[in-house]
Amino acid sequence: MQSIYKSLTKIVDEEFVSNQKEELYIYSQDPGMMEPHEPDFVVMPKTTEEVQEIVKLANKEKIPIVPVGGSLSLSGLVIPHQGGIVVDLRRMDQVLEVNEESRYIVFEAGLTTGKLKAYLEKYHPLLRFSIPDAPPSATVVGNIVIHGQGRLTQQYGFNSDMVTGMEVVLPTGEVCKIGSGSVSPYWFSLAPLPDLAGLFLGWFGTTGIITKMGLKLYPKKKLRDIEVFAVEDPNLVPDVIQRVTHTEMSEDIFTGAQPYPPVFKDIIMIGILLTGDSKEELEFKRKMIWDALQCHIDSKEGGFMMMTPDVKQDLLEMPTSSTTRFADVKKGGGFEYCGPIIPVEKFPEAFTRLLEITKKYGITFGNAGRVIGRSHSMMFSFGYPFNRADPENIERTKNALHDTNVASLDIGGVPWKPEVPAQKMIMEKMDKSTLELMQRIKKVLDPNGIMNPGNWEVE
Amino acid sequence: MMYDYADQIHRCFKCGYCKFSNNYTDFNCPSYNRFRFESYSTGGRLWLIWAWSKGEIEWSEHLANIVFSCAACRNCVEQCPMRFNEDIVDWIIGARSDMVEKGLIPASVGEFLDNIHKYGNPWGMPRNERDIWAEGINRYTIDDDNEYLFYVGCVGSYEKQGQQMAKSVADFLRTTGVSFGILGSDEDCDGNEVLFTGEKGLFRELADKNIEKFKELNVKKIITLSPHAYNSMKNKYGGLGEIKVYHYTQVFSEIINSNNIELSDLNIKVTYHDPCFLGRYNSIYEPPREIIKGIPGVELIEMERTRENSFCCGGGSGNFVFDLLGRSSNSPSRIRVREAYETGAELLIVSCPSCYCMLEEAIKTEGLEEKLMIKDISELVIESIKNK
Ligand SMILES: Cc1cc2nc3c(=O)[nH]c(=O)nc-3n(C[C@H](O)[C@H](O)[C@H](O)COP(=O)(O)OP(=O)(O)OC[C@H]3O[C@@H](n4cnc5c(N)ncnc54)[C@H](O)[C@@H]3O)c2cc1C
Ligand code: SF4
Ligand code: SF4
Repeated sequence: MQSIYKSLTKIVDEEFVSNQKEELYIYSQDPGMMEPHEPDFVVMPKTTEEVQEIVKLANKEKIPIVPVGGSLSLSGLVIPHQGGIVVDLRRMDQVLEVNEESRYIVFEAGLTTGKLKAYLEKYHPLLRFSIPDAPPSATVVGNIVIHGQGRLTQQYGFNSDMVTGMEVVLPTGEVCKIGSGSVSPYWFSLAPLPDLAGLFLGWFGTTGIITKMGLKLYPKKKLRDIEVFAVEDPNLVPDVIQRVTHTEMSEDIFTGAQPYPPVFKDIIMIGILLTGDSKEELEFKRKMIWDALQCHIDSKEGGFMMMTPDVKQDLLEMPTSSTTRFADVKKGGGFEYCGPIIPVEKFPEAFTRLLEITKKYGITFGNAGRVIGRSHSMMFSFGYPFNRADPENIERTKNALHDTNVASLDIGGVPWKPEVPAQKMIMEKMDKSTLELMQRIKKVLDPNGIMNPGNWEVE
Repeated sequence: MMYDYADQIHRCFKCGYCKFSNNYTDFNCPSYNRFRFESYSTGGRLWLIWAWSKGEIEWSEHLANIVFSCAACRNCVEQCPMRFNEDIVDWIIGARSDMVEKGLIPASVGEFLDNIHKYGNPWGMPRNERDIWAEGINRYTIDDDNEYLFYVGCVGSYEKQGQQMAKSVADFLRTTGVSFGILGSDEDCDGNEVLFTGEKGLFRELADKNIEKFKELNVKKIITLSPHAYNSMKNKYGGLGEIKVYHYTQVFSEIINSNNIELSDLNIKVTYHDPCFLGRYNSIYEPPREIIKGIPGVELIEMERTRENSFCCGGGSGNFVFDLLGRSSNSPSRIRVREAYETGAELLIVSCPSCYCMLEEAIKTEGLEEKLMIKDISELVIESIKNK
């Protein structure tokens, strides 16, 4: 082990390599509830070449290697289940190119969503990316690797649908470009080449380490506003979503429900965000949306909510810190959620299952959903705050999480960013040939099984 | 004073909001910037402290370095979205207190506290050299009818940059006809850094001694040179009764405004570094800026990270002496002077003797001496008065 440490310090400046207990402890876990496991080393490379040398070393020595972004996916996806080398990529956080005309950006893999937001606001105020509501220390690449969703997802699909190119270090050490960047100096598109990006998205770092990424940027409108439509009956939610997406007038559509404070109990809120370059544009969009929902207002089944400026500001904030504050609901620093991707019409069923599970385990919940595409699917989160200092509460929440994954699959959804146990459930249910194909691809790319082992693995 | 942390510290979610400035332009936790391992971020530190408090990890020199390398800059308090945000630094101090009590602290911190205990200053310098800079400046006595006690503090007494500052503050007070005196070799450490390194007992001792001295001398108003001293006296001492405490920038601002002091044109572009103990701890953002902007020909260009978002020089909480954040191009002081230089300013203005030492050293290390000067506000004001 000492020789590996020495080799790592030859690749990366010694102050960015650690095998000390404290770093091993911190990188053994994430803020979710999966069991921790310590790595043997933590290393923070600065360049693709350094990443390449680290991967070559790991491959030669057959040591596990785990790429880490902000460690905020909460599903233990960065826990080094079999030890080895954790590669924290956040020293690689430069923006390399912004193409204003073709609206794309190329950046290094450790760039955080917070810094990218600030960078665009400062240097390219007419452009934006699909920022998730994760804390700003999450990385853009980490979010895309798990098929994350952000503020532009309702308009343009999963954040991973916005990728225009990549540079990847393969598990065997080759550095490979994906997309137009493999042929041309411009990273504008994955098409018309075969879409090899899919070999690295949704794989949780088991097929290679992305070192650079190209991503679509979108027009940033001058004004933003929000309307919140409230209903009590979950069965109405799919219809509301249908009607609003039909107008094609909104930026982002999310749902939210929670038992506290009591004024929110039994209410499902549907947040509809609007943007415009002028007041007229904004008002036109608002009218279209109001008109689309008038029938539910007339039938008194739903209505638009009045909001204080504070609440409005909270909901418009990007990322919204109120989502993070949810982790303090139990005054316990823990928050776990399974957010299956479901067909929109499954909302009522998912909602009923959420209430059943929380009742069964006596735990509280927060539900946040986000519409993906023009009602093509939605993320429906079963979110549970828990108290890290209370083992009994942790146990109940763990059981709830298990039941949630079962329910998600039952209703025809697919657990999003699944923890290892949920991955197993998915693979059990998966078409056998598909599963075999997945395993074959993994084997071809990573013959020694060094990449984030434990994930997407058939026993 | 006891900071309870063991029952609460697990509430940190390790979400990392606290690493940033408020608009996310950059990381703003000095120790995270310096080391970049998650263990040195606020969240990482809190999680390690919790693990240590419940026996999940053992104490080590490395753990102590992580705990003591927090500069107590309060950026995390400002940025954490949780309801417990106000308690974060107190939790860290609580853990330090436990380590101090158990004798489990880094050797350099031990030496720092030892020196203060024995000599009243962190370097173990002789007490009688405290006023070596103060030729011609009166001692504060009960018999003289002085308006202010000018409390100089350790950095002002012993460090070159602090002495320069102390001289120009004294010069200004004299020039503007304000009566004041100093304690000279009778002065003791103010204790702010002692408190923030977790030595509660020694802090109380120093605070009580100072309060007693001030009362014996019938002090009514104190001007502090250092924002650190200002903070401890104003917010932490308790028992000062009617005695009023001011940072010198507050007094300057007031005197310049009310006395219509004539100032000459300096024709210079400057930027200003908010010290944590003036800014985030005491919300004193305007008086220094009013003074700077009041000098004709001075153009103030703000750095990207300013006021509540100011990036700490890395000297807080004793680090200006034991410097657990030093020796790297990622040291906060070096990052900060690069940021100051990028504004296009010719002069970096400070209002804290510790920041002055840290940042002047960093300017040299960065090879920026020819391009970026550094001065304290008081020096700038004196220059402007003398040019008239
Ligand atoms: C309060 C809160 C709100 C959230 N809101 C949202 C939301 O609105 N939308 C959303 O999509 N998510 C959300 N999330 C989930 C998650 O935090 C984000 O998706 C986040 O962006 C994940 O990024 P990360 O950098 O933390 O990834 P990590 O957790 O560090 O990594 C995720 C996975 O990607 C792999 N990986 C990381 N970097 C690389 C790389 N360079 N190459 C290959 N593999 C890599 C890791 O090994 C891991 O398997 C939220 C989380 C929290 C705590
Ligand atoms: S201190 Fe607050 S902002 Fe920082 S990691 Fe903990 S919860 Fe998040
Ligand atoms: S006080 Fe400053 S140095 Fe300490 S943890 Fe908070 S942000 Fe970091």
